[in-house]
Amino acid sequence: MSILVDRSTRLVVQGITGREGSFHARQCADYGTQVVAGVTPGKGGSRHEGIPVFSTVHQAVMETGANASVIFVPPPYAADAILEAADALLPLVVCITEGIPTLDMVRVRAWLSASSTRLIGPNCPGIITPGACKIGIMPGAIHSPGAVGVISRSGTLTYEAVAQLSARNIGQSTCIGIGGDPIIGTNFIDALALFKEDSSTHGIVLIGEIGGSAEEAAADYIQKNLSVPVVAFIAGRTAPPGKRMGHAGAIISGGSGTAAEKIRALQAAGIRVVENPALIGETMAQALGTGSRQAKAKE
Amino acid sequence: MKIHEYQAKSIFRRFNVPVPKGEVCFSAKEAAEVASRLGAGPYVVKAQIHAGGRGKGGGIKLARSVGEVESIAGQMLEMTLRTPQTGPEGRRVRRVLVEEGLDIAREIYLAVVLDRSQGLPVVMASSEGGVDIEEVARSAPEKILRVPVHAGFGLQPFQARKLAYGLGLEAQADKATQLIGSLVRTYHETDASLAEINPLVVTRQGDLLALDAKVNFDDNALYRHPNIKELRDRDEEEPLEVEASSFGLNYIKLQGEVGCMVNGAGLAMATMDIIQLAGGAPANFLDVGGGATAEQVSNAFRILLSDPHVKAVLINIFGGIMRCDVVAQGVVEAAAQTGVKAPVVVRLEGTNVEEGRRILRSSGLNFTVADGMLDAARKVVALSKGNS
Repeated sequence: MSILVDRSTRLVVQGITGREGSFHARQCADYGTQVVAGVTPGKGGSRHEGIPVFSTVHQAVMETGANASVIFVPPPYAADAILEAADALLPLVVCITEGIPTLDMVRVRAWLSASSTRLIGPNCPGIITPGACKIGIMPGAIHSPGAVGVISRSGTLTYEAVAQLSARNIGQSTCIGIGGDPIIGTNFIDALALFKEDSSTHGIVLIGEIGGSAEEAAADYIQKNLSVPVVAFIAGRTAPPGKRMGHAGAIISGGSGTAAEKIRALQAAGIRVVENPALIGETMAQALGTGSRQAKAKE
Repeated sequence: MKIHEYQAKSIFRRFNVPVPKGEVCFSAKEAAEVASRLGAGPYVVKAQIHAGGRGKGGGIKLARSVGEVESIAGQMLEMTLRTPQTGPEGRRVRRVLVEEGLDIAREIYLAVVLDRSQGLPVVMASSEGGVDIEEVARSAPEKILRVPVHAGFGLQPFQARKLAYGLGLEAQADKATQLIGSLVRTYHETDASLAEINPLVVTRQGDLLALDAKVNFDDNALYRHPNIKELRDRDEEEPLEVEASSFGLNYIKLQGEVGCMVNGAGLAMATMDIIQLAGGAPANFLDVGGGATAEQVSNAFRILLSDPHVKAVLINIFGGIMRCDVVAQGVVEAAAQTGVKAPVVVRLEGTNVEEGRRILRSSGLNFTVADGMLDAARKVVALSKGNS
């Protein structure tokens, strides 16, 4: 089973006629995702890669029954694209765009708090339920269907973890890249809460990094609410303070947001934290073999 | 993006945040002229570098006379300033700010920052000003007042009053609320990521002024602020980082000897971490982007090899949608072009990985092909220490 996306997901691609949008719409469709519409203002009525294009998200939803959107719109227009998707009452919006101004996201988040739309990202690889639905830029082939959920702030590091799992025949229920920006739509706790309700998710890999305190909050949530094993990795133990490590949100500022703090919080909550990123898959294999996190914590 | 104190103060003036009278100077002679224009002393001479803790390093000095301003400015403009934030190599001082000296009665802390967990800017204030605010946050968090700024409505007058009275500024309540509102407006209208006044001072005459000023900007929003973009001072940045950014590469110089080139920020950090676990030290963070084209790889090679401390290089590419044979081809071409002398360990993963490894092995170049991240880290650390 899975969370958020499955075979019934009908996807509209915002920015489908752009280079990235065009390429990844094709990749998602090839994976088996139902890509039912594209949106590019001014190009309504045409077809792109065999997919009908509309000028507004509202039209696309009315005509095709789309129930999820993915955004490949350049940063200056991406916040507006998210709001347009929310206005069309899409329950799920995945924003891949990197580089959206933070204050734009402050407004987006406030707007979404009064809507029923869930945003994943921005600045994320997307979400995939292996074998059923891929929304985003991740390589589909490394995934395999199964029972481990993956939540991550990173892109390629998530692929690394997924490949390690698949290599050990540990399939994934759903993998979510929540994004590397300081303000994101779905945080660790939101994603953990969704996995908690999914009876087919038997373990969770959580990949965090320096900056902010979302991992600390996640540690507290896991300790209080989850019984499945959780394996965590935090990137950036060697990152210097005050420097932005690629992701807009990956920065140790004023001495807070360090990997050490996050690791301490996760360990204190009884979560298996791997020091070595090459051992994420192996540690999950052990965790699944030895029972629940709680059982481990009581030893 | 960071700017200098004098630039931040000039932005403050534009938004009606009061600052002391003063001007930036590039020579001792200019400093003396500015001091004469300011009128009777005392004066303050402040080194302009993008790092805090200047006072501790001798970068902020009081002068009683114009002559003293001239000699202090002259010394400062020659010096390499070392502060807790510059690291041991210090920072060359190229500009100084000459300001009127104030008669200070109280020092306060005031800033607008992003609260990531709330997803909103917050105004932070403390009656403990002029000190390390992180230290106050740790030792006496109750001394910090916090007010969130609503995403749609902005800061409300009552919130500014709450802060002003909370800081004990009864006598300056109007001035304080106005100043707080102006600082919030500065933050919003310039797309700042931090607008900080530490300290905000109350003079014996009862005036409120920003004695120091620090404004950082959201890099992602600079496209809509061409005037702010021009304030960038490349002399304050690591030259290799400046060069890398011009190629769209994310490069940060570190102190170790293992150069690394990785696609993706998270994987790049994880690669640095695993190098350390294997007993080495990363020489840099370098994210060539999710795609990793041959051109990017070539530029990345050149930049990371211009660091003389690099003894060996680790390339860690998770191919993903990019085919590994294409990446391998790019790496071989780039290495041949740049004439790489240092040993290079390559770890490739993804589609067509076998073909990619074959291309690397048969290139005739000094490549070690690794199997997995840990293997790669061990091999590159061994090579960097001169034993393979």
